[in-house]
Amino acid sequence: MKVVKSLQSAIVAIAATCFTLSASAQDNTLLGAGSTFVNPLFSKIFADYAAKTDVKVNYQSIGSGGGILQLTNKTVDFGGSDAPLNAEQVKKIGVPVLHVPMASGAVVITYNIPGVTAALNLTGKDIADIYLGKITNWNSPEIAATNKGVKLPDLGIVVVHRSDGSGTSYIFTDYLTKVNPDWASKVGKASAVNWPAGLGGKGNDGVSGLVKQTPGAIGYVELIYALQNKMGFANIQNKSGKYITPTLESTTAASNVELPPNAEVSLTNTDAPKGYPISSFTWALIYKEQNYSDRSAARAKMLLSLLWYNIHDGQKNCVALNYAPLSKSAVKVAEAILKSATYNGKPIL
Amino acid sequence: MDARIKLRNTKSILFKALIIFLAFVITLPLIVVLLYIIKMGVVQVNWSFLVHAPTPEGVAGGGIANALVGSLLMVGMSAVVAIPVGLLAGIYLSENPGTRLAYYTGLCVDILQGVPSIVVGIVIYFWIVKPFGFSAISGSIALAIMMLPIVVRSTEQTLLLLPDSLKEAALSLGVPYHRVIMKVIVPCGFAGILSGIILSIARIIGETAPLLFTALGNVYISTKVTGPMDSLPHLIYFYSKSPYQDQIDQAWGASFILLMFVLILNITTKLITRKWNIQL
Amino acid sequence: MSDKNKRLDLSYSQMKWETIFKRILIVMSVIMLLLVAGTLVTLIVKSMPTIKSLGIGYLWGKVWDPVNNVYGARPFLMGTLLTSFTAIIISTPFSYAVAIYLGEYNTKGWLSNLLKNTVELIAAVPSIIYGFWALFVLVPIVRSFEMKIGVTPYGVGAFSASLVLAVMIIPYAASLGTSLIRMVPSPLKEGAYALGATRFEVIRSVILPFTRSGLFAGILLSLGRALGETMAVTILIGNTSAIGNTFKDVFFGPGNTMASVIANEFSEADHDLYYSALIELGLVLFFVTVIINLIGKRIITKYTNK
Repeated sequence: MKVVKSLQSAIVAIAATCFTLSASAQDNTLLGAGSTFVNPLFSKIFADYAAKTDVKVNYQSIGSGGGILQLTNKTVDFGGSDAPLNAEQVKKIGVPVLHVPMASGAVVITYNIPGVTAALNLTGKDIADIYLGKITNWNSPEIAATNKGVKLPDLGIVVVHRSDGSGTSYIFTDYLTKVNPDWASKVGKASAVNWPAGLGGKGNDGVSGLVKQTPGAIGYVELIYALQNKMGFANIQNKSGKYITPTLESTTAASNVELPPNAEVSLTNTDAPKGYPISSFTWALIYKEQNYSDRSAARAKMLLSLLWYNIHDGQKNCVALNYAPLSKSAVKVAEAILKSATYNGKPIL
Repeated sequence: MDARIKLRNTKSILFKALIIFLAFVITLPLIVVLLYIIKMGVVQVNWSFLVHAPTPEGVAGGGIANALVGSLLMVGMSAVVAIPVGLLAGIYLSENPGTRLAYYTGLCVDILQGVPSIVVGIVIYFWIVKPFGFSAISGSIALAIMMLPIVVRSTEQTLLLLPDSLKEAALSLGVPYHRVIMKVIVPCGFAGILSGIILSIARIIGETAPLLFTALGNVYISTKVTGPMDSLPHLIYFYSKSPYQDQIDQAWGASFILLMFVLILNITTKLITRKWNIQL
Repeated sequence: MSDKNKRLDLSYSQMKWETIFKRILIVMSVIMLLLVAGTLVTLIVKSMPTIKSLGIGYLWGKVWDPVNNVYGARPFLMGTLLTSFTAIIISTPFSYAVAIYLGEYNTKGWLSNLLKNTVELIAAVPSIIYGFWALFVLVPIVRSFEMKIGVTPYGVGAFSASLVLAVMIIPYAASLGTSLIRMVPSPLKEGAYALGATRFEVIRSVILPFTRSGLFAGILLSLGRALGETMAVTILIGNTSAIGNTFKDVFFGPGNTMASVIANEFSEADHDLYYSALIELGLVLFFVTVIINLIGKRIITKYTNK
């Protein structure tokens, strides 16, 4: 009898704690999900923002595809994506979605070849052929031709790609589609494609982890991930024929374009002579009309203020983390986009 | 003739040696895993590791408090849901064997026990997450479903072992039925029921798959049960793919903590079953 | 008089409580039915788009290509069956050995208890911990092994996943086998000994035939576990939906199982058909594990009632 009583009171106690805890928790948390590409930048900006304003932003890097889907399902406040919505996604959402540019970054080709320390020079065509499974060994003539003087080992190439729907994959395949017709016809561009070869890692972190662990591996990750892990990455030949090292400067050079009013623009295979060819904007996605599923006006305001902070004060974190900050004109476009967001048809900012 | 007997005896001895070898070799992987986790994890654990939330990616320091709080809270909530339901359903099964409802309930409990945890995650995503958003509650309900079959079965089996005379004696004294059950039968089988409950908690505290699409995760310490929440297994899963050595080290620490929880819960069950001498 | 009325009232209210209590018991049991029915209905309804547009051919379609909206489940069915059956083949000798040792050679005493508890502990360790450990310890070992035998050293893949699965599923068959072997009636064994049989011969000709269907049920339960196992496999399988060309590629190279593809892609499947194709995988997984489990349980009940 005693034991039953004590069990009863234990259950009551647990239930009571749960309720008081949840009652005491304030509703000042915003939820975002999506791109892993932008995660290092976001987690830094949001940590600063939480210290400053007491608004906590919980950003889960589940991949751009996931960000878009969760925004569609209205389970998050904003999505992070490195690819603009495609036609089918626009149709599925059914209401206007704003693409707010956050920064731009480079996708680098990273590899793990024991004994090779110099940065390799690669052309877009060769990268596509490697990912198509046509070039399978590091000592193949195509790679040797662009890397005179580098002693390449007789080692099979282990292709690593993203297993999840990813904006990084979108940027990468968007580039390959532009430079290799074979790739364009067989695979195409998307955030999740039917990879002809290789093994998949989940997230930028999954890919860099696999590349780091696997001798002979080649993969594509966001620049910061390669730098953080001290992994080698390749110089890529751009449109004007130069081999460009992915750096902050070369990404900035590529991103210095005139933005259209909706900010949806592709930066890959840039015309800029010093621009790195595999770079892209990354966007925060929000609904244009913020009054949906019982959201309060205060919450909408909180979200917009956060994104406003991101495109202004938050930009100072970009350089340290190797993202190219938005240019002055891009900030103007982003401001206009944020101002177009409404609550019950009335502008919020 | 002698030679044949000798051969048969040798065969028998060899077979025994083989069986002993195989039976004990298989404990090696477990021992290696345990020792490795303890070796890698124990150095990570200190006070600040337990009470701090993670730092931004790539910034050293931080801890796993978000996951620790989340795991305890979600497991607590699923226990609050699953224990009463499981207990009462178990009582029904043991009190009404042979009825049609009992047969189908038993069948469903068996089915639930076999359902892969990832499938539970999908279903809860549609039931709760899609209409209400990611929340700790949805994660708890998914965990509660994983917990139910164990609670039901252990309750049923413990109560079936109790002699009928116990119930008959109480009833003949004029004690009403529900009091007989709650004040006589359940307390008598308490040890068995309790060990079933602890065992089920030990099982769900390490579940990851049902939480992927329900509790989502959270980089802050959150006690808001209607919002996303992190948990130990989820944190280990995310950090296992991390490029930052820092986070991988922390995942070892988190594994160590999780392992300790599971070990302590299992040993408690063992002690209870030994003390009251019950067979589960 | 008034005293008697009070008592009557009391017993009435007690009776009312009794009925309420009985009703509550029934409601709680019905909840179990609703959970299972609800799960089934949800899975079927949500996978309707694929069932309608792709039909049964979906299950052996070779290509999984979300970009072009082509869905075939064969890579995952193959991956699931390959890893589960490899794991079963590796683990069965061990689980039989544990069962025979604990059930026949050494049924009591501290050593027997120690082994029994250790084996049960194998099942208690969360699968995420096995996966995490294997990724950092087992995978490099497998990789150097693959280099030695001359296959591409992926490290992760069906082979690594099977090894870890094999360890994880041992307790299910072992503990069932132990209790079944202990239930073999001693007159049977004594008869055989009296005829001059050795221990080995008793095990081979009396115990194993007697417990055969029960041991088989144990393997079925292990198989049910292996098929649905998610986290350890997701970490170790390599996550690619292409089917390798040679058996070597399939066995040592990266793959995907039904559970791992759901874990990887469910939160980001961004068009309807893709979404429902994943849910249909969940439905198939549900059916397969449920059927295997029920057959296993049926055999056990039949066996223990005999």
